[in-house]
Amino acid sequence: MRLHKMMNEGEKQMSRVWKFGADVDTDQIVPGRYAPYMLKEGQDVKDYAFIEARPGFASGAAAGDIIVAGPNFGCGSSREYAPEALRRRQIAAIIAPSFARIFYRNAINLGIPLYESAEITQALEDGQEIEFNFQQSQISSGGTIYSLPELPDFAAQIIDSGGITIYVKEHGRFPGE
Amino acid sequence: MAQTIAEQILSHAAGRPVKPGELVTLRPDVIMAHDSLAPSVISILHNRLGMQHVADPDQCVLVMDHVAPASTVGTADNQNLVRAFAREEGIRLFEVGRGICHQVLVEEGIARPGAIVVGSDSHSTSYGAVGSFGTGMGSTDIALAMGTGKVWFKVPETLQVRVSGRFNQGVEAKDLALYLARRLGIDGATYMAIEYLGLDWLPLDGRQTLASMAIELGAKAGIFPPTGVVTERFSAPDWLECNPHAVAARQIEIDLAVLEPQIALPHSVDQVVDLSTVAGQQIDVVFLGTCTNGRYEDMRQAADMLRDRQIAAGTRLIVTPASRQELQRAIADDTMSILLDAGATLTTPGCGPCMGRHQGTLGKYDVCLSTGNRNFRGRMGHPSSQIFLASPGVAAASAITGHITDPRDL
Repeated sequence: MRLHKMMNEGEKQMSRVWKFGADVDTDQIVPGRYAPYMLKEGQDVKDYAFIEARPGFASGAAAGDIIVAGPNFGCGSSREYAPEALRRRQIAAIIAPSFARIFYRNAINLGIPLYESAEITQALEDGQEIEFNFQQSQISSGGTIYSLPELPDFAAQIIDSGGITIYVKEHGRFPGE
Repeated sequence: MAQTIAEQILSHAAGRPVKPGELVTLRPDVIMAHDSLAPSVISILHNRLGMQHVADPDQCVLVMDHVAPASTVGTADNQNLVRAFAREEGIRLFEVGRGICHQVLVEEGIARPGAIVVGSDSHSTSYGAVGSFGTGMGSTDIALAMGTGKVWFKVPETLQVRVSGRFNQGVEAKDLALYLARRLGIDGATYMAIEYLGLDWLPLDGRQTLASMAIELGAKAGIFPPTGVVTERFSAPDWLECNPHAVAARQIEIDLAVLEPQIALPHSVDQVVDLSTVAGQQIDVVFLGTCTNGRYEDMRQAADMLRDRQIAAGTRLIVTPASRQELQRAIADDTMSILLDAGATLTTPGCGPCMGRHQGTLGKYDVCLSTGNRNFRGRMGHPSSQIFLASPGVAAASAITGHITDPRDL
């Protein structure tokens, strides 16, 4: 199921902003001690998202919520289970002034749209109710509409397919190849 | 136009000159996965991509280093799954105890000048020590690389670090790596390739220390021109040259003559200060190891400090050699016996407690001085624990006193 389509189906539903500071590292998103490699059968990495850095996130985050953070979101290790935990929590988008390189690739590959915008990051508050519309690339909140920056072409193609594995299966090649 | 080393390597693989910012799809020479993420790579390959086999087994390498040997039934079962995959596909697998992937691939000559090495580990920038374009990727990218034989890259801009002078006594490659984090910040080189210049005299182990920490500045790669000791062990391809006129997006200059011992404070690798600022801080554990500082030279440095001395009462010293070869070198002379006589605990070559999973996980409020590369909150154990990052010399001196100590003061 494509993440953004899943979000936009059905009735309009208000979602909330989860706001984080600068340099959120992948050890904060999912500590290495909670890697799928270390979990027991039946445990799911989505239940360990921000388990130490933000207790309450895993139980409180609902499908369609978005993360808004400071610069360099996702720095540190290559662990794809960090964005995977957020995908399984059905986080609809992440907005930050900048992203760490490996996290950026991983999240886009998994079909999570990432938007680089310092302005929108500054404008949105923790807990704020918003509505995210992927098709129109905008976020609305309390009558204000924020236009999201356009995704780079390769990222848009991957997200539109629902992730790079689906894209490659459908096209038999990488975007732009 | 003269190209940087990263541009030359990517151009060679693409079969045409490429420029920073361009997207290219090309064939990496080596695709590496370790025990921690290989199970997810295999699952993505088989289940999400629906591919039964890797494109070319000779392109792939598997290394057991992150939890080595297995600590739980779950990690043991996962490792067996990786072993079965390696057997079925005919992929080289380096077993538990062989060492950290980044050390093993250099020792085996798998990472070599001009090669493109992609790994499931962020510290894959380490391969730049021998002039490879080494970079870390997530499980999906690695699964796609194994399944298709290809990866896509954005050609990075280059940041040249131009170094002059030599290290003062008590100052090492680790201090330079920490100083770079201090000067550039944790995202100072995001998406860039770092090129280290003026260090043709630096031994291989020091190059590995610096290249491993390129990722801590956000870099995509950290590359040394293949010069000096590297040319004695590896042959560099004739198309690869270090061109002084290559255009870099940014240059910084560093004079080693003024560099003092550095230390990163909890909980960020760029919270770096001169060691003297925090000298005297009590510590519980000293960890000597990792892909950054777990080699023979690092253990030797510690042994030279610890000869005829004991570690402080109430302090633990955990030594995790980067590889079996490095351990054997430390056993061949008196390095390991000095460390053990001083009270050190020796663990299996591999990643050790760096990720807080085994062999020295930190408990509540533990304070650790590590020769590793990351000190994020909770990285090595309980989130209330603290990690300071410093050189092997500082680690050994601090193990002797039980508090953070400048090796020149002993």
